[in-house]
Amino acid sequence: MELLAFGKTGWGDELFYATLMTIAVSITAMLVGFFFALIFTPLKLSKYKTLNLVGNFYTTVIRGVPELLVIYLFFFGGSGAIMYVASIFGYFEYIEINAFITGSMAIGIISGAYSTEVFRGAIQSIDKGQFEAAKVLGINKFGQFYKIILPQMLRLAIPNLSNVWQITLKDTSLISVTGLVEIMRQSYIAAGSTRDPLFFYSFAAVLYLLLTYVSMKLINKLEVKYSRGY
Amino acid sequence: MDFDLMITSFPKLLGATVVTLKLLSASLFFGLFLGLFFAILRLNKNIFINKFAYGYSYIFRGTPLLVQIFIIYFGLGQIEYLRTTFLWVILKEPYWCAIIAFTLNTGAYTSEILRSAFQTIKPGIIEAGKSLGISNKIIFYKIQIPIAIRQSLPAYGNEIILMMKGTSLASTVTLMDLTGVAKYIISTTFKPIEVFIVAGGIYLFMTFIIHNVIKYLEKKNSFQQ
Repeated sequence: MELLAFGKTGWGDELFYATLMTIAVSITAMLVGFFFALIFTPLKLSKYKTLNLVGNFYTTVIRGVPELLVIYLFFFGGSGAIMYVASIFGYFEYIEINAFITGSMAIGIISGAYSTEVFRGAIQSIDKGQFEAAKVLGINKFGQFYKIILPQMLRLAIPNLSNVWQITLKDTSLISVTGLVEIMRQSYIAAGSTRDPLFFYSFAAVLYLLLTYVSMKLINKLEVKYSRGY
Repeated sequence: MDFDLMITSFPKLLGATVVTLKLLSASLFFGLFLGLFFAILRLNKNIFINKFAYGYSYIFRGTPLLVQIFIIYFGLGQIEYLRTTFLWVILKEPYWCAIIAFTLNTGAYTSEILRSAFQTIKPGIIEAGKSLGISNKIIFYKIQIPIAIRQSLPAYGNEIILMMKGTSLASTVTLMDLTGVAKYIISTTFKPIEVFIVAGGIYLFMTFIIHNVIKYLEKKNSFQQ
């Protein structure tokens, strides 16, 4: 128990902040994923074959390639790409991007591919009559989507989105290879300096279990809220 | 775009693919038995056995695979007693540690897939078997298992693809699998995009093959209607 003490003697406070970091990265990645899903879901549902192809390419490639490989691409290629863009604007100094941004972008793109599939499935399972009824009532496009399609879609999407959240949460452990101090990295540091890897990695496992357990409870509440009337 | 690098790195990456495939097939093979074992425990009426099997799948599905590998590779070596037993011969090798971790992980997911497949079998089918005077053992092996395999094929196909992606974590315990070699080439040449295209292409090709094999098996095993 001394190992987990707060303050200078133990690793309690470090692991606490590392847990907050894991939560922060997961939420950021999830939001980045929603952003990508917002772009690619319409592409996948579009009438045009070319746009379909772009959408399918994104989801197929990201879901078929290991997460770790995507993270390495971002880790090694991220600053190079930014520097290339900067050089067009006449800036030639070395730019190093923050591990938090690289990590949440990489995980976000992965999570976005899964979210896209979830949203596509949810929209496709809404009755066609709903779209037609909205049109007939003369509701404008914006209103159609936000007032009629979105609330119904969310009810169908939330159970699957909770799976995406679990995957995203667990994937954040992979960012530890880039040096961002989240649960896994902090456990690695603590295990190295105390020579007690069994304890710290087991404790990391407990922290992840706790995070998945608590988030499941919260998501279940949301699910109840959105399925009112069913 | 450095095409020369892509061409020269291709054979190296292809060689590493063999390691990935070995890890994948070994862990799927052992994982299937483990999954079947725990699925049967889940169907047991004894509450302790049931809870034990549920706890196993809950823990391994609720924690990242990376933590599981690190506990087995770095953690278990710390127990002095283990070092004196014959188990140490296996546990000091990163290759076997990775296979153990992958097996335990895929076993947890497989047990859930098989459990739900067993539970969706209509009771009428089992009752029909019983009324024909077939023994419980034969009902299990000849009726329940074939139907459960058919039911669980699509979900198990997904699990194979997830596991194939999971084997990339072997590179974190010094194994040179496809991702490990790709990382090595990236960090020596600093050409991430080229290497990503080649390595990612190989992974996608494997995904494609697995996907189609499962699709073929599903068609072959589907009930004639």
